[in-house]
Amino acid sequence: MRATRYLRGHVLELGSSNDVGAMMSEPISQRVVTVRNSQGLHMRPADLLVKAAMKFRCRIELEKEGQIVDARSILGLLTLGAQFGTSLKLKAVGEDSKEAIEMLGDLFDNAFYETDNPTEAAI
Amino acid sequence: MKFSDFVSVKAIRTGLAAKDKPSAISELVDSLAEAGEIQSSDRDDIIKALLKREDLGSTSIGRGIAVPHTKHPSVDRLVGTVGVSPQGVEFDSLDGDKVQLFFLLVSPPDRPGDHLRALENISRQLRDDAFCRYLKQAKTAEEILQLLVDADNSQFGH
Repeated sequence: MRATRYLRGHVLELGSSNDVGAMMSEPISQRVVTVRNSQGLHMRPADLLVKAAMKFRCRIELEKEGQIVDARSILGLLTLGAQFGTSLKLKAVGEDSKEAIEMLGDLFDNAFYETDNPTEAAI
Repeated sequence: MKFSDFVSVKAIRTGLAAKDKPSAISELVDSLAEAGEIQSSDRDDIIKALLKREDLGSTSIGRGIAVPHTKHPSVDRLVGTVGVSPQGVEFDSLDGDKVQLFFLLVSPPDRPGDHLRALENISRQLRDDAFCRYLKQAKTAEEILQLLVDADNSQFGH
């Protein structure tokens, strides 16, 4: 699947310079992030990540132990089942990748702005 | 985690009558009460908690699917049910689509890991288009159960 995308990126290179294909010339940003909220990467944090990722044009991925998902897919993010303390690789490819990594990385660093009150009804 | 670890077989419902979010959630919570998974006396409070969670953002995850969920101190283990609405329910989803397939979860406040593993299982299985389609088309609880058993045995997706 990734190989296909890679090829598609090259095929489209002439016609479309902003295709998500992993063209070698595109800037890549990445860093390791850690899940810092006690509830883990559940639906609300996933929703925050998707909304943040939508603001950018670059491709953004999260990787956990070899499993790579699109940061724009809530289903994908939830399949990571990333619990408190899990480290993930956050990677972006494209012209605004640096800004994207900063914004999504901030969400992780700030524990998705969740209060860690275990009796809170809403999760 | 598998569907059989948290889906109450007796609470599975097809042909939901609800047309809006509060009545859909009420119908599903009632199914949990009728199945004996929650106490009838906790019904109203659980519905309130689920709707409070919806106020923070719809639990619709696209593709006509929603996962209403809450923590509630009255349960000592994760309980859930599956509901199908043939006509679809307005659910404030981001993509604007009506929701036809519901997975409703109620979890103990001190077990965030179980909730996360249930979400992981649901989302992994629902990435399979055929599985989603068959669930939405199901006419009886037995059909749903069979699909969930098949999914647990990895007949779909991964």
